[in-house]
Amino acid sequence: MSQPTTYALSARVMHWAMALLLLSMIFAGLAMVQSLQPWHLTLLGLHKSFGVIALLAVIVRLIIRLRNATPALPDSIPAMQKRIAHASHWLLYAAMFAMPLSGYFMQNAAGRPVAVFDWFTLPALLPESLPLYGFFREMHALVAWALIALLLIHIAAALHHGLVKRDGVLQSMTGRKQKQQ
Amino acid sequence: MLKQKPSALPLRYAIILGAVGGLGALIFAVAGGLGQSAVTAQDFVDLQEGGNPHLGFRRAHAKGFCIAGEFVSNGSLQPFSTAPMFAASSTPFVGRISIAGNNPTAPDLNAPVRSLALSLGEGANRWQTAMNTPPVMAVVTPEAFYEQLQALSPDPETGERNPERIRAFFAEHPETQTFRNWQAGYTPSNSFATEIYHSINAFYLINENGERQAVRWAAMPTVNNGEPLNSDDTNALQNEFFNRVESAPVAFDLTFTFASGADDETNPTVLWPSERRNMIAGQIVVQKAVPEGEGNCNNINFDPLILPTGMAATADPILRARSAAYAESYRRRAREHLLQQAPENN
Ligand code: HEM
Ligand code: HEM
Repeated sequence: MSQPTTYALSARVMHWAMALLLLSMIFAGLAMVQSLQPWHLTLLGLHKSFGVIALLAVIVRLIIRLRNATPALPDSIPAMQKRIAHASHWLLYAAMFAMPLSGYFMQNAAGRPVAVFDWFTLPALLPESLPLYGFFREMHALVAWALIALLLIHIAAALHHGLVKRDGVLQSMTGRKQKQQ
Repeated sequence: MLKQKPSALPLRYAIILGAVGGLGALIFAVAGGLGQSAVTAQDFVDLQEGGNPHLGFRRAHAKGFCIAGEFVSNGSLQPFSTAPMFAASSTPFVGRISIAGNNPTAPDLNAPVRSLALSLGEGANRWQTAMNTPPVMAVVTPEAFYEQLQALSPDPETGERNPERIRAFFAEHPETQTFRNWQAGYTPSNSFATEIYHSINAFYLINENGERQAVRWAAMPTVNNGEPLNSDDTNALQNEFFNRVESAPVAFDLTFTFASGADDETNPTVLWPSERRNMIAGQIVVQKAVPEGEGNCNNINFDPLILPTGMAATADPILRARSAAYAESYRRRAREHLLQQAPENN
């Protein structure tokens, strides 16, 4: 089967939309846990609503990822580095699931409702429990920092491919036509 | 691979470093408080702990016990709010009665403030309220409240409160006058059952037509003051309440006061005039009281911004500040329970 040179359009749209969403979620989370200002309540509501959207989005994205052929990394990249690249992508998926799930479960353990805007409220899947809240609350913070680290490495690697190596890897996600090699 | 001028390489690396380093630095800065005002939730809870946290306990209102019972609504609030617990019906609650302060073994009778917190309803209809004995706050903003706590805390050098500092604080904050008048006229009663517990902050009731009405509420006692208590008993009020509930349920009238257009619902330091409309929504009937370690109220963060449909928060800056501070205290004590640093009985 011939491999495409770029990701499917649906995969690219999901990638950039979620990049924006996750960065906003990280900034919102880090700012709101400190803030005593009146906007805290509003931002918390948005954080939870968009967090549930991020969970739905990563499910859709995983399905798209599994159903579409992905571009191969160029042969110029050593096998070891390819393996690291793939592992980092699956770690990103793991973090993208762990973030909203730990958020949802922490709210369950606290007995707090998870409302998505004014549309609907998610059911509680876990019982109210102080240690359980402690676990998911700490997970939410730890995984957030792991996600931040992965994102920074990911961006650095993508820019390295795009600006220094110029091997078409960055373009496989931006979708821009590559010049003939 | 495409050819590129080697001279362009340093510039390209600089762009990568700038982009990634810049984003990373921005994230670190925001996590470290960039854009926050002078007092954060963490600062507040640090001050409440006073450098000596009682592991596993709430950082404020640390000493208390669990209660359970039901809210028996008479339906009179139904025209004003779609919240299901205001229909003529009864809704079970879990609650907590406590005294202010960070010390879980403080003597009951020394506490300046007594409290009643309730959590009722499920999911989108969950309603939580944490009420105190004063009818008003001393100040209007979390920053000023932080200053107030600082002024009232003992001097680290002498271990005593500094009257000079307290006087200076009140002089700078004339809005504290209503609170101080209340304080001067208040005599603590001989039971948790005979106190008035106030929402202090105002909230909106919202009806089916989307009309908003600003209200405050208070739990009013339905029984008379009892016999004086033994002041040597550090748990005098707890024991009195346990005995009382053992023999009969303890009821409070939940009374709502309606603001008029002349009242500022965002200012918790001002009392509303006594001619404002009052309505009894129903009774809070406490049927059970157990020590904290045996009840299930310790799981609950009584964040007063958990409101059912048919109720909403006002823009009162003190009210809005409560969520993040309660969450920080809740996070700390939950982590301590997870790591099993909390004592057995908590
Ligand atoms: C991709 C999804 C998400 C990301 C990237 C994210 C990120 C964050 C971050 C970085 C924080 C600050 C943590 C700290 O500084 O300790 C935070 C806090 C929080 N998140 Fe999320 N979050 C996500 C989804 C969710 C969801 C789905 C919920 C709930 C439904 C949620 C609820 C919360 C809450 C309640 C807090 C504040 C906890 C507190 O006040 O102690 N998050 N989030
Ligand atoms: C900016 C203002 C305030 C701050 C920062 C603050 C902070 C806190 C904190 C950190 C807790 C411990 C929460 C937990 O670990 O679960 C707490 C508990 C409590 N607060 Fe406040 N508070 C504020 C204003 C008020 C007001 C205005 C009232 C009363 C109307 C009030 C009543 C209570 C009560 C009753 C509890 C104990 C609830 C329980 O039994 O768990 N607080 N507060």
